[in-house]
Amino acid sequence: MPSHDVMPNMELYQPVQVEDALEIADRLAERGWLVGGGQDTYGWLKDRAKSVDALIDLSGIESLRGIRETADGVEIGALTTLTEIASSDVLKSSYSLLTDAASVVASPQIRNIGTLGGNVSQDVRCWYYRRGLSCYRAGGNLCYADTPQGMNREHALFDASRCVAAGASDTAPALVALDASMVIRNGGGERVVAAEDFFVGPANDIVNTTVLRPGDILTAVRIPNTWAGATFYWEKVADRNVWDFSLVNIAAAFRVSDGTITDSRIVAGAVQTTPRRLGNVEAAIRGQAKNLQTAESVMTMATEGARTLAHNGFKVPLMQNLVKRAIAA
Amino acid sequence: MNSKLTRRRFIKGVIFSGAAASTGTGIYLASAQSGQGAAERLITLNINGRSRPVDVMPSETLAYTLRYKLDLTGTKIGCNRGECGACTVLIDGVPNYACSVLTHNVKDKAVISIEGVKAADGTLHAVQQAFVAENSPQCGFCTPGQVMSAVALLNDNPSPSRAEVRQALSGNLCRCGAYEHYINGVLRASGQLA
Repeated sequence: MPSHDVMPNMELYQPVQVEDALEIADRLAERGWLVGGGQDTYGWLKDRAKSVDALIDLSGIESLRGIRETADGVEIGALTTLTEIASSDVLKSSYSLLTDAASVVASPQIRNIGTLGGNVSQDVRCWYYRRGLSCYRAGGNLCYADTPQGMNREHALFDASRCVAAGASDTAPALVALDASMVIRNGGGERVVAAEDFFVGPANDIVNTTVLRPGDILTAVRIPNTWAGATFYWEKVADRNVWDFSLVNIAAAFRVSDGTITDSRIVAGAVQTTPRRLGNVEAAIRGQAKNLQTAESVMTMATEGARTLAHNGFKVPLMQNLVKRAIAA
Repeated sequence: MNSKLTRRRFIKGVIFSGAAASTGTGIYLASAQSGQGAAERLITLNINGRSRPVDVMPSETLAYTLRYKLDLTGTKIGCNRGECGACTVLIDGVPNYACSVLTHNVKDKAVISIEGVKAADGTLHAVQQAFVAENSPQCGFCTPGQVMSAVALLNDNPSPSRAEVRQALSGNLCRCGAYEHYINGVLRASGQLA
């Protein structure tokens, strides 16, 4: 496949108000592409793996930026950069799970411009798909990764349906663990979707990774104070410390009383298209001591139902050990 | 209405690719005034403290504009995918990959490229001098990007620890593997290495 140095030519809209962006997004529908920081976008376009008639650049819309404390938590504008999130005192003091996750996304330069909205909306990690092959996710009728020869070391353990690609976001599992909700606007108004329901797997929709549809704009992420100041655990394992996507990551929040876990959220990332909440583990550790013994007794539950591919079997013990560390920490 | 906002809307409007679209929304077409042609593409950039008028295609990247329109070829394009850091420039003081920023996104911002870090009289920046002293570059291709990340770091944090330097330069690959020499260079520039 040829490599292209220049972007394909297209129109560029630079609205400065959400209402204008919504109108343009609605009018252009599939012909338009919303761009925040553009760090996922430009690769697709330069590779000619996807094409659109027009970019709708949201980065000039100031109302979509910033971190605001609300009566029951915080609201983060979708255009807030990952660097702004990672260095926010408000978030660091109460929701360090999110700042820890945001601080290890890609590289410093990408975090300086990459946005929270873009990070959760980015497309899946699969080089066959990203190279523009006509796979299931791209509208074709086969998968290049799930074959005896396919390079699928980074692919999914769970919930594969034709497509075996894993989600790439680091902030997504953290947001699910924090019971966050996503604020979505379109021409018809505003709707608020729980983070857990925001992400969709290939069984339900093979071409989209979120519930966002043409005309929709993710405007903000709301984090309730449910888990403010809880005991958090975040860990990302990747081949390289910088730039790389997670092989597996774990985002966990615990409420602990006298050493006993009263409630928890344990969410694994990069093991399926969507963040995977480990409800069985959460249920099993409720009322248990937060220690190594409890961790070791439940770690294998974390991967129940895993279906490994030819090269990603290592993710099973990796995920189990991350769950163990999260609980034992 | 806020006059500044109005002006922003006037400036930003819509940048059409030539005559491709002449039936945009009323507001944007109206605010762009001459609805088609290259007029909207003529913008003035603030590069290294100078105003540079330039004709920019709608989807053009900043790295492309710098190198091929403004002849500022010190900014290198390595991967052109935000995966190497050779094209790092400062946008309002913040390091970014010029290959992964649209030029139309920096219309209202101050861009500093490698050509802009030396003093007006030509004296090299402390980081550049220290990189020379430490023999930091080998092949030199990644050096402009390393300098930009280091300059941004020292602007924010004049006495970084070695770990902070590593972190700040972690978005810049060096295929020669001269990382330690660059880190030594930054520490020398900060006066922490004699």
